[in-house]
Parts: sequence; C-alpha cells; structure tokens
Amino acid sequence: MTTATIERSPSQAVAEIGQAPPLLRVSNLSKWYGHVVGCRDVSFELRPGEVLGIVGESGSGKTTLLNAISGRLPPTSGVVEFDTSRFGLANIYALNEPDRRRMQREEWGFVHQNPRDGLRMRVSGGANVAEPLMNLGNRHYGQMRRATLEWLDRVELDTSRIDDKPRNFSGGMQQRIQVARNLIHGPRLVFMDEPTGGLDVSVQARLLDLLRELVRDLGLAVIIVTHDMAVARLMAHRLIVMKSGYVVETGLTDQVLDDPQHPYSQLLVSSVLQI
Amino acid sequence: MCANPLIVVEDLAKTFTLHNAESATIPVFDRLALEVSPGECVVLAGESGVGKSTLMRSIYGNYLPTQGTVRVLHDGTYVDITRALPHQVLDVRRRTLGYVSQFLRVIPRISTLQLTMEPLLENGVDAEEAQGRAETLLSALRLPRAHWDLPPATFSGGEQQRVNIARSFIRNYPVMLLDEPTASLDAENRAIVVTLIQQALDRGAAMIGIFHDSDVRDAVATRLFGVSEFKAAA
Repeated sequence: MTTATIERSPSQAVAEIGQAPPLLRVSNLSKWYGHVVGCRDVSFELRPGEVLGIVGESGSGKTTLLNAISGRLPPTSGVVEFDTSRFGLANIYALNEPDRRRMQREEWGFVHQNPRDGLRMRVSGGANVAEPLMNLGNRHYGQMRRATLEWLDRVELDTSRIDDKPRNFSGGMQQRIQVARNLIHGPRLVFMDEPTGGLDVSVQARLLDLLRELVRDLGLAVIIVTHDMAVARLMAHRLIVMKSGYVVETGLTDQVLDDPQHPYSQLLVSSVLQI
Repeated sequence: MCANPLIVVEDLAKTFTLHNAESATIPVFDRLALEVSPGECVVLAGESGVGKSTLMRSIYGNYLPTQGTVRVLHDGTYVDITRALPHQVLDVRRRTLGYVSQFLRVIPRISTLQLTMEPLLENGVDAEEAQGRAETLLSALRLPRAHWDLPPATFSGGEQQRVNIARSFIRNYPVMLLDEPTASLDAENRAIVVTLIQQALDRGAAMIGIFHDSDVRDAVATRLFGVSEFKAAA
C-alpha cells in the first residue's frame, strides 16, 4: 500500500490535440546515497505557467528530488529533460558542463532554503540582485541599477540599502534579496526550497502574490518544496506528496488537500493546525 | 429538443476511506446520475449530511469519486473531470466551470478590487476592462466603495461572501456550482444574488446549487434533485 502511487490516469475522453511539449520532463528518477534511498522512481512533467508543489515530512526526499531535477545532484538512474532555448528538449545531464551551467544561469532560478547558500556574501545586496543580468551580458550600469531598484521594491526591501552587504540584512531580508536575484533575469523555471520559511507572514503574502503574477502574466513555471500546506494551497496547481523517497500521491492541489487518498497524505493534511 | 446538456453525471459513487481511523469507510452515494442543460438551475435537496456538498465537490474535481464519470462540455467537447489531468481540470475551471463556495480563500494583502479582477486577468482580459467590470459588479452587490482598496480579511462574513460572489459572477461561466452562496447575506443582498443567478440562466448557463433559504431556492430552482435517492448502502 505504501509504495502504490495514487494518480489519475489520462482520460481517453479528453482531446489531446494541440498539446504543447513539456517544459520539464522527469522520467523514473532515482537517487541513492549508498544504501540509503533519497528518492525513488519519480516521474512527472511540467508545462509553462505551471506551479508544482512538493510536500512531505522532513527526510522524505523532497530536497534530494529538487536538487536532482535542477541539475545540482546527478541521479543514480533516470532522466531529466528540459526544453532548452538552444538545443530544444534535452537531457540536462547529457549536456556538457558549460552548456548546462549556461542553461541554469540563463533559463532557471534556484532559491535556497538558507539564503546564505544562494547569495554572495562579500558583495552588496544590489550587486547580488544585478549579477544575473551581468551574466546575461548586460553591461549598461544605469539600466542594471534601475532594474535592481525595481526588484528590491517588488520584494519590499528598502531601496536605500542597495549598497549594504547581505550580512547586514536580517535573515528574512536576505531571503528577499535571494528571491529578487533569482527572478530578475526572467527565468522560465524557478526551483524553490522552502522559500517562505524564514519570512514574516506579511512579506510571505507579498511574495506569493508576486509569484502568482509572474506565473499568470509571463508563464513562469515553479517547482516549490514546502512543508506549509497553506502556501501549497495558494501557490501550487498540483502537488506531489512524498514519503520515504517515494511519491505516494499526486494530483490537483485542492483535491489532494481536501480529499487525500493515501494514508500518509490523509495524516499530513489532518495534522495541520488551524488558526 | 433542448440543447446538449452541459453537465452529464453518470454512475457516480463516492465512498470516503479514513486510513487513519481503522480504515473506516463512509459511503455517501452510489449510481448517481444527473444531467443539467443550458438555462437550468438544479437545486440539490436533502437533509444535512446526505451528500449535497460531496456531490458538488465531486463535480468540481475537488473530491475524487470512487466510480463513475462527470462530463462537462468544454470548448465543444465533453471533458471527464474525474479522469482529466490536473492542467486540463484547471483549464475547465478557468474558462467553463465556476464555483461559489461559502468561504473566501485568497492570498492575504490583496485589495478587493484586484481579487475581483483576477478571474478576468487569468483569461487574458486587459486590466482596464477588468477593472471596469469589477467596479460595476461590486457596486451592484452594494459593497461600499471605501472597501474596494482594502483586502477582505477584516470584512464581515456577508461582505466577504459578496466578494466571493463577485469573483465568480464577473466571468460569464457556462456552468456554475453554487454552494450556499447566500448563506450569510441579508434579504436585500439575497435578492441581488437571485437577480445575478437569473441573468446567468437567461444567457444559457447551467447551474447546480445548494440553498438553505427557501425564498432563494424557490426563486431560482428550475427543478429539485434529491441526493438521498442515491444513498449508498453502509
């Protein structure tokens, strides 16, 4: 029972005409750490403008899965394909290192759980935000500064502190710098590992609204790991529920949260505290 | 002959299995069948606990039926909500299938006007037109203009409910599910909602509703549907 994945089968009744190719396709992905399983036999597809939430208890393999599909942790087996702008749909681990890094830099964003993992602590907050633009070849200082100020404002940071070093910002502010840094270059896919964990709820609400806007207006795709079911409900179109490295249930977010089928999903949902 | 039904429910069954309560099973309904045509408002009847909301949520794809099909006419094709992929269900919900629940569940800190415009923006309507339509609807629902720039978190139950109604009626959904939309409204506001429902029916929408106040029910129902006739054996 615990290993069976609960998933809806595609309907024959639904016309499959005009189906856009997926932005990301993950097939039978497994990652073992020696004898210890990280994640096992995970498959899914993601389209532009789709937000996928990955939920489950700590140690269930959420972060391992996120790292493996984002090109940061080679899987033991399985394939990760991304619709790259230069090569079309390509196995990201089959690309050579420079090409893969360039794709990650230009087309992806990755927001770490701990902002210190995603920021360069020796340069200013503003330089952290502007760096992805420089990586894309932008050399117009005035333009970059304007874009940086705009993004600091969008994540509700005091723009007068653009030249302060990250260590002089609070944890929640560092997280917002990291978010701005990962959105400023207009990525097509952003990976987020517990991005709202250290944020005040007011800033969290602003960030969720910002992401929704980008998803709606620009077709940004997001894969978000979270243990916060309220964030999952408001952000994600669909959910993957993980336990012990397996995907135990997947489906439409409100269906998984309101009518969970697997024993573990039922436990997870029924354990959420009400406010 | 009347037009094709917009909703076709066939052989629908729903049983809840509570794995963490010694795998208790709660059968709700079984072999349920229902068709709703354009211009019809089918009101679900039956006492509390008979499965009215469960049926409605199964039709919306919020609950996963144990058996059977729920087909909704979407872009000229019937889509089976119970088997469609998540992005297909979301597309049906975005363009065809509206749902008014009793509760307003939205991202905090967003103004009432923005929230009301959102369903139009999601469908590619430009911001100016969306704002105009949102303002018209909020006025019609008599939500004070001073409230429009505020997020609805601090509003009264009746005011939040009207924001919810505005968000659903701003789109002319061909199919609408109404789960006690008038529950916390006073008589005057109920009458406004009745008018909105009748206007939608006149333009050919198909509706399924749950209403506890008999005046609203009598005003909008084109027929009653007894969910208890399909009670599943325990």
